[in-house]
Amino acid sequence: MSETVSERPPVERRKEGAAPRAPSASTRTPLGWWRNPWRKPYILGAVTWMYLAWSLLPVLIAIAISFSAGRSNAAWQGFSTQWWWGHPKSDPTGALFVSPELHAALIQSLRLSFLTMFIAVPIGVAFAIGISRWRGPAPAGANFLMLFSFVIPEIIIGISMFLFFTYLLKFVHLGTGAQLLSLVTYQVSYPVIIVRARMLSIGREYEEAATDLGASPTQAVRRVLLPLLYPAILVSFVLVFADTIDDFITVRYLSGGSSTEPLSVKIYNYSRGTLTPAINAAATFLLFSTLVIAVIGVFLYRRITRGQRGQTQEMAGHLT
Amino acid sequence: MRVLPRRRSREQAEGTWYPRWYWPGFALPGTLWMLVLFVLPFYVVVSIAFGTVDPVFQSPLPIYEPWWWTNRYLLEEWHFATGEFRAVELRTLVYVVLATAICLVIAYAVAYYVARFGGKRKGLFLALLIAPFFISYLMRMLSWVELLQPNGYVNDVLSFLHITPHPINWLAGVPFTVVMGLVYGYIPYMILPLYGFLDRIDQRHLEAGRDLGANPFWTFVRVTLPLSKPAILASLVIVTLPMFGDYYTNNLLSGSPKTTMFGNLLDNAMEATGQGPEAAVLVLFLVVFLMIPMLYYMRETAKAQRNQ
Repeated sequence: MSETVSERPPVERRKEGAAPRAPSASTRTPLGWWRNPWRKPYILGAVTWMYLAWSLLPVLIAIAISFSAGRSNAAWQGFSTQWWWGHPKSDPTGALFVSPELHAALIQSLRLSFLTMFIAVPIGVAFAIGISRWRGPAPAGANFLMLFSFVIPEIIIGISMFLFFTYLLKFVHLGTGAQLLSLVTYQVSYPVIIVRARMLSIGREYEEAATDLGASPTQAVRRVLLPLLYPAILVSFVLVFADTIDDFITVRYLSGGSSTEPLSVKIYNYSRGTLTPAINAAATFLLFSTLVIAVIGVFLYRRITRGQRGQTQEMAGHLT
Repeated sequence: MRVLPRRRSREQAEGTWYPRWYWPGFALPGTLWMLVLFVLPFYVVVSIAFGTVDPVFQSPLPIYEPWWWTNRYLLEEWHFATGEFRAVELRTLVYVVLATAICLVIAYAVAYYVARFGGKRKGLFLALLIAPFFISYLMRMLSWVELLQPNGYVNDVLSFLHITPHPINWLAGVPFTVVMGLVYGYIPYMILPLYGFLDRIDQRHLEAGRDLGANPFWTFVRVTLPLSKPAILASLVIVTLPMFGDYYTNNLLSGSPKTTMFGNLLDNAMEATGQGPEAAVLVLFLVVFLMIPMLYYMRETAKAQRNQ
C-alpha cells in the first residue's frame, strides 16, 4: 500500500513556496531526491545566491579598499579615511576631497547630473504626454526617433556628437555645454518610455471626467494627469540621475580638456594606468550620491503612493 | 468604464475641448531636440563618411550636399573591413555570442527562481537584482580589475587552493576575462526584463501542464519556455546591442590587441587625430549591421507599450 503511494504522488495543488512533503521512502536515495517533483528548487536557489554574491561582492570589496590604509588597490591594509579626506602624515594630494583635480571632477559630475536631470525629465515627460494624446502618423514618427536614441549603442551618440560639435555646430565648444547637450539627448528617452507606459495604463477617463466637470484642458493636465504621473516622473528622475552620473562614454569624447572631465571619466582614465584607493573612493562617491538620490526617490514615492499596495513591486515594474 | 468609449468618440467629433496644437505642443520641445541633436549629428556623420579630407591638416571636410558625395572612404574602410579587420569582427561576434549565451543561462535561472520561488523574499531579491543598476558600470569593472591583478584576491584564492602554482595575469589579454567582463557588465539588463515577464506568467498554465501529466522538466520545456520566447528575444537584443559598441570593458580588463573588438576600432579611430572619416564610416557600418535587431527591439517596445 505504502509502495503505491510513494510511486504516485497525490494530485494536490502545491502552493508557491510551500514546504516540501515529508520525505517518503523513494526520496531518501539521491536518485529519488532528484526525481521528487515536490522537492525545493535547491539548485536554482544556489545558482541565484551564487549569482548575487558574484554580482555584489566585488563591489563591496572595492568599497572596502577605498577605506584602506595602504597604497595598494589589491588588498585591504587596515582602516583609514586617507583616500577620502587625506591624512596629515602621508601624502594627501591623492585623496578624493583634497586633490584639486578629483575635487573639480566631482563638482563637474554633480553639475552635469543635476542639469541633465532637470532638463531631460521635463522635456521627456511633456513629450510622452504629447505623443500619447496626439493622433495621426506624426507622433509615431517622433516616438520612433526617441526609441532609436534609446537602443543605439552609446558610443555612436558620442562619436556623432563629437563630429557634430567639431565640424558643424562650432559655436558649441567642447566642454560642459557639449557634454550637457549630448547627455540630455541620450537620457531623454528614459522618461519618455517610463511615462508613456504609465499614460497608457492610466487611460483617458480621468481627464475626460475632469473636463466634463468643467476643467479646462490645462487644468485637466495639471490637476489630474500630472498627479497620476508623479510616481513615473519620480522614477525617471532617479534613473536619469543614476545613469548620468555614471556616464563616461559620450562625455569622454566631449570633454575637450581635463578640466571639464567628470569623475566617471577620471576613473576610466586612471583605471588603465596607476590605480590608488582614491579612485575607489571616487567610484564609491558616485555610488553613494546615486543611493542618496534613490533613497530620496523611494521616500517621495512612498509619500505619493501612500495607501497603495505592492509599492516595491510596482516601482520595479517601472524598471522592467 | 465600459460606456466611456462611446462618449469619447462623441466628444472627439465635436472637437471643441482641445485646440489642434494642444497635444503637438507638448511633444514639440522633445521632437525639436531630437531633430537638431540626434538626426542632424547623424547627418554630419554621413556627410563626413562620404566627404573628403583637408590635404594639409588631414581633418575631415564634410560634404553636406548628397549629390557631391564621394565613396572613397567608404570603399577604403570596406576594404579594411573585409581584409585586415576580419579577425576583429569575427572575434567580436564570437565574444558577443558567447557572453550573451552565458548571460541567458544564468539570467533565466535567476529570473525564474525569483519569479516562481521568491516567496516572501521577493522584495529582497528584487532590491539585490536592481542594485547593479545603481552601481556604475565603471565601478563594477574597476572592482574586477582590482580582484584580477597578479597580486589580487582571485590569485590569492587560487594559490591558496593550489589550483595554480603561480599567479595568473588575468588582465594581459585573456579572452576568458573579457567574456566574463561582458557577462558581468550586461547580465543585470537581462535579468530584470526576464523576471518581469516570468512573474506575469499565469501559474494556472503550469498547473495545467502538471495536471496533464508532465513532470516539472517537461512543463518547463513545453509551457514556460515557449511562453517566454518574446521576452528571451527582447532581452537578448538588449544585451547584444551595447556589447557590439563596447570598448571600455575590453580596455579595462585587457587592453591588449589580442582581444580587440569592434568598439575598440571605433574608439581608436576617435583617439587618433585626423581619423574622422574612418570613425564616421565605422559608425555607419555598425548602424547598418545592428539595424535589424534595433528595429526588432523598437517594435517590441512599442508593442509592449500598447498592450499594457
